[in-house]
Amino acid sequence: MSTTPKAPRITDIGPPHYEKFLPPVVKKNYGKWKYHEVLAPGVLCHVGETGDKLYSVRAAGPRLTSIQTIRKFADLADKYCGGYLRYTSRNNIEFLTDKQENIEPLKADLAKIGFPVGGTKNSISNIVHTQGWIHCHSAATDASGIVKSVMDALCDRFTSHTMPGKLRIALACCLNMCGAVHCSDIAILGVHRVIPKVNEVQVPRVCEVPTLIASCPTGAIRPKTGPEGKPSVEIVAEQCMFCANCYTVCPALPINDAENDGISIWVGGKVSNARSAPKFSKLAIPYIPNNPPRWPEVVDAVVKIVDVYAKHARKYERMGEWIERIGWPRFFELAEIPFTRYHIDDFRHAGLTYARSAHVRY
Amino acid sequence: MADATNGKPKTEMLDELEKGPWPSFVKEIKAAADTNDSAKDLLGQLELSYHQKIGHWKHGGIVGVLGYGGGVIGRYCDIPEQFPKIAHFHTMRVNMPTGWFYTSDALRKICDIWEKHGSGITNMHGSTGDIILLGTTTDQLEPTFQELCKVGFDLGGSGSAVRTPSACVGMARCEWACYDTMKMCYDITQNYQDELHRPAFPYKFKFKFSGCPNDCVASIARADMSVIGTWKDDIQVDEGEVRKYASGQVDIQKDVCDLCPSKCMKWDGKNLSINNRDCVHCMHCINVMPKALAPGKERGAIILIGSKAPIMQGALLSSVLIPFVPAAELFDTIKELTTRIWDFWDEYGTNRERIGELIQRMGMPAFLDAVGLDPVPEMVAAPRDNPYVFYQTAKGGE
Repeated sequence: MSTTPKAPRITDIGPPHYEKFLPPVVKKNYGKWKYHEVLAPGVLCHVGETGDKLYSVRAAGPRLTSIQTIRKFADLADKYCGGYLRYTSRNNIEFLTDKQENIEPLKADLAKIGFPVGGTKNSISNIVHTQGWIHCHSAATDASGIVKSVMDALCDRFTSHTMPGKLRIALACCLNMCGAVHCSDIAILGVHRVIPKVNEVQVPRVCEVPTLIASCPTGAIRPKTGPEGKPSVEIVAEQCMFCANCYTVCPALPINDAENDGISIWVGGKVSNARSAPKFSKLAIPYIPNNPPRWPEVVDAVVKIVDVYAKHARKYERMGEWIERIGWPRFFELAEIPFTRYHIDDFRHAGLTYARSAHVRY
Repeated sequence: MADATNGKPKTEMLDELEKGPWPSFVKEIKAAADTNDSAKDLLGQLELSYHQKIGHWKHGGIVGVLGYGGGVIGRYCDIPEQFPKIAHFHTMRVNMPTGWFYTSDALRKICDIWEKHGSGITNMHGSTGDIILLGTTTDQLEPTFQELCKVGFDLGGSGSAVRTPSACVGMARCEWACYDTMKMCYDITQNYQDELHRPAFPYKFKFKFSGCPNDCVASIARADMSVIGTWKDDIQVDEGEVRKYASGQVDIQKDVCDLCPSKCMKWDGKNLSINNRDCVHCMHCINVMPKALAPGKERGAIILIGSKAPIMQGALLSSVLIPFVPAAELFDTIKELTTRIWDFWDEYGTNRERIGELIQRMGMPAFLDAVGLDPVPEMVAAPRDNPYVFYQTAKGGE
């Protein structure tokens, strides 16, 4: 046995203090910024009360990032920004410098290694998304592949200010929504469409049956005696709306299905309070099959909605504000999307979304 | 999957995703696979998923670091004989620096640790804001954690615990921050380290701190407790700058006054007048003319409660709990309120019931009684329109 005393174990230290990572110009002007301007797509200039200036150059990140690429970003931060950079809440990287002359060479270097600069003002910013088939057990689709394909098609909308208002796209690969896409201008959401398959041998081994039954929002799971008299469950198919909460609490109820899983598209949500109150995204397209590697039908659907919005919305109007002005019937007509039974809510408080007036546009 | 270059599997489908102008995650995995075998197997398995249209990950198992109940998501592949290097491929959530500010030095230290102990693949960042270190084996979890701690980083939250709080850039780089979001986020994170690392709640609990009603961290949609900066007094106006905008690219009537939700602004061609009593603090006019307008000087925050994604009773937005807390009182108010909310949730919350759902189930009035807040009209879009009132038993003529 070794007699060397062990170094004390460090825990519960929390994150490092942010002050260590703030550029000197930020420290000096903390809480004393006066205004900002957008000098070009992806280039911000913040001006302090004393006239100090901070330039931020925003580049699209791929979210899934290798250490090799992070080191490249670190090198660029050293070369142009005194070693300082930050990430945004939408997976963008922002290089922070007080030297205006560094902007163009930095942009050129970013272009050389393949990272577009943009995402400011009335543009489409980066997509926030989830893990998909790369790292999740309940994914109804991949996340990164669709995001890459959609943004390849919309890259020009990231690098320019050509939209009427801000447009935020988010993707979640199942209803768990670790991406919380439910308040996005356009939400791409993976959906399951067949009921979970009950593995009756595994249920009593790996799951607590009462917890499993309680996990169903519609009461579709019922107790049943399984093989060898052991507890099991059955699912009332008509009551299942494929949320997969039961699968989350019990691995013996797999729901993933290669042929029937796919994508739904939702529109008109927002988080900001600017002008209108925050709102949920609403169903536009109930189902598009998975079609890897590039999901062309999903890309076409999103691009079509973006184009129709860009053509018809007024300046500053977000997707949801535009649709509320013109009315949903006109949206479905302009976007050439069929309206189906799936578009009418039938869960709790569903009546709140019914048209409860005689206000109809003809 | 047959060998192709440098021991990497053949990936006909994924190779398609290396093309095009947007940054490619496939290039990223391949870059990691140059030096890491688990990244090679990840490529192989993902290619298979693309062919079969289905994922190959099993449910998470319970793995972690000593003394913590969270911060690690167990992940096992369901075809380990085919992809042995990702038989276990666990995620570590690392609490990001508040505001996602880094130095190149700090990033390199994380990269070096992850090169030594994991796949070399990360997410910058995960949906809740953590640095996600994607993929390592069970035996590497504790050594990785210890090395991270030595360079000043700790794990983030997972499971039924406080999740890693996040904040917008706030006063560090925004003139609209109505309170110090980064300080608040850091202080709250440090204050609840035990609740963050050791899950003891019915379900997850998220704090998100936004400095103004633009809500850049989506707190109203994604946080159980949403703290959104705002102001109480008059919007600050620089008349000279307003006129400069008017003579430039802004049509003040059309772009500002007509879009004001409470129609509290008037423009006579020279002067902008604001009826501040009618202002709902939406930020639109300030967003359009950042040089001319600014939030008032009496600053603080609104505290809202209960937002969440759909699982399990449906998605919710947060609703107003305290319409205004002065910035100086914010930290103590949040702490006191949180204690009372967690007591109520501990007592009545069922398994996997978020606080917003519990409030829906038991009613906001019962919740207000429990946390000791008086009802105020700012809490509702409108008073109830149904007459099924739970009158409390009248006492002696009350």
